[in-house]
Amino acid sequence: MTKVTMSVNGKSVSGEVAGNTLLVDFLRQDLRLTGTHVGCDTSQCGACVVHVNGEAVKSCTMFAAEAEGAEVATIEGQAAADGTLNTLQQAFQDYHGLQCGFCTPGMVMSAAALLKENPQPSEAEVRDYLEGNICRCTGYHNIVRAIMAASGQQVPAVAAE
Amino acid sequence: MYSFDIERPTSVADAVAALGADEALALGGGQTLIPTLKQRLASPSKLVSLSGIAEMKGVSQDGNTLRIGGGTTHASVAREAGAFPALAALAGNIGDPAVRNRGTIGGSLANNDPSACYPAAALGAGAMIVTDRREIAADDYFQGMFATALEEGEIITAVTFPIPAKAAYMKFEQPASRFALVGVFVSQGDAGVRVAVTGASEGGVFRWSAAEEALSGNFSADAISGLSLPADDMIADLHGTAAYRAHLVSVMTRRAVAAAG
Ligand SMILES: Cc1cc2nc3c(=O)[nH]c(=O)nc-3n(C[C@H](O)[C@H](O)[C@H](O)COP(=O)(O)OP(=O)(O)OC[C@H]3O[C@@H](n4cnc5c(N)ncnc54)[C@H](O)[C@@H]3O)c2cc1C
Ligand code: FES
Ligand code: FES
Repeated sequence: MTKVTMSVNGKSVSGEVAGNTLLVDFLRQDLRLTGTHVGCDTSQCGACVVHVNGEAVKSCTMFAAEAEGAEVATIEGQAAADGTLNTLQQAFQDYHGLQCGFCTPGMVMSAAALLKENPQPSEAEVRDYLEGNICRCTGYHNIVRAIMAASGQQVPAVAAE
Repeated sequence: MYSFDIERPTSVADAVAALGADEALALGGGQTLIPTLKQRLASPSKLVSLSGIAEMKGVSQDGNTLRIGGGTTHASVAREAGAFPALAALAGNIGDPAVRNRGTIGGSLANNDPSACYPAAALGAGAMIVTDRREIAADDYFQGMFATALEEGEIITAVTFPIPAKAAYMKFEQPASRFALVGVFVSQGDAGVRVAVTGASEGGVFRWSAAEEALSGNFSADAISGLSLPADDMIADLHGTAAYRAHLVSVMTRRAVAAAG
């Protein structure tokens, strides 16, 4: 076991982890931050996306020990302290960007990383950036619309309509 | 996963020393190794993480040579290798953004997956693989599927690319995995014309010498319009037959030449 210390959603946390402890297990089991989901555990679905030092990563494919000293952001840190959703989260709600909600934490974290890098993405850029985030419910259109709306752009009429 | 310790050295020398231990394995971005460990296909006693080694990160240019640290992520190469646009584009199209934020060039080349993108760039541009103990020309480095010239415990510390006058990489993507069903990297520069093919052969990445010869006289898609490869040693799986892959090699080579201009 080794001791790790990192900042999670702005709060310093530490814990004892084994070499093979995944970051997602540290977040979910040690810190009880269960908003980050495990959909596949094989690096495919993106339900586990969090930010490490500002970059989107799949927390099922990173060891907790590798996050020593890092700034980690999860879905739990996105809303304001009083529970008010941030712009992106609110847009997911307004545009029905979720159904069962299982993929949503990863979708929101990926989308937040995209908008930081590219504040006004085109629809094609949004779809391309979400390549590693799989949703079994929505068919993606409303997720894309939510992200376009959150970036202050006109919401495209999508192909299926 | 079996259990193991993780060490995080901050210099190449310390990493090499740590890798001297029995059954120790290097950890790059973990985007291939962690899934492998989860399947219990490897049982290292210890992982030596390379992610804390600053001297292995970053992109720098010296004249016509681009040097990329072995621990540089695909995302950094996509952002910082603007002097070699075909390489930056290749890196920016590996997997998805989260994979690109962790996966490294050294890990990709050490792994030498038969469908990976970077091996095509290294072979197709005539790169040098720089390790903690020597420099290996790409032509000598790749030794078949998942096989390389690396010795046990040897670390790729950097890769140097001569920047070609013209180059392009064309990948026909396997849509589920995002790896190359077939990918072709072509370049024309001081070392002549090189054509490297990934995803297609049972022998891993290879140079298509007949196409190189034809393109040397006339660097245009027309020069290779009649050329094709035998399907004998091509990969056949549920995504495509050997004949389909052989055909794709010709098509992707022509597209790459056209894109390289
Ligand atoms: C969803 C997904 C999609 C992907 N799509 C693509 C794709 O389209 N194209 C593509 O090419 N790849 C793709 N990959 C693979 C990805 O590029 C990996 O990052 C890469 O193959 C391995 O790099 P890594 O740094 O993660 O290495 P690791 O997984 O950490 O290590 C891989 C192997 O290399 C060794 N190693 C690591 N670093 C070094 C070093 N510096 N020196 C010596 N040995 C080292 C390790 O011991 C291990 O044996 C994908 C991966 C995933 C999960
Ligand atoms: S749980 Fe991490 S990518 Fe699916
Ligand atoms: S909302 Fe159900 S998986 Fe996306």
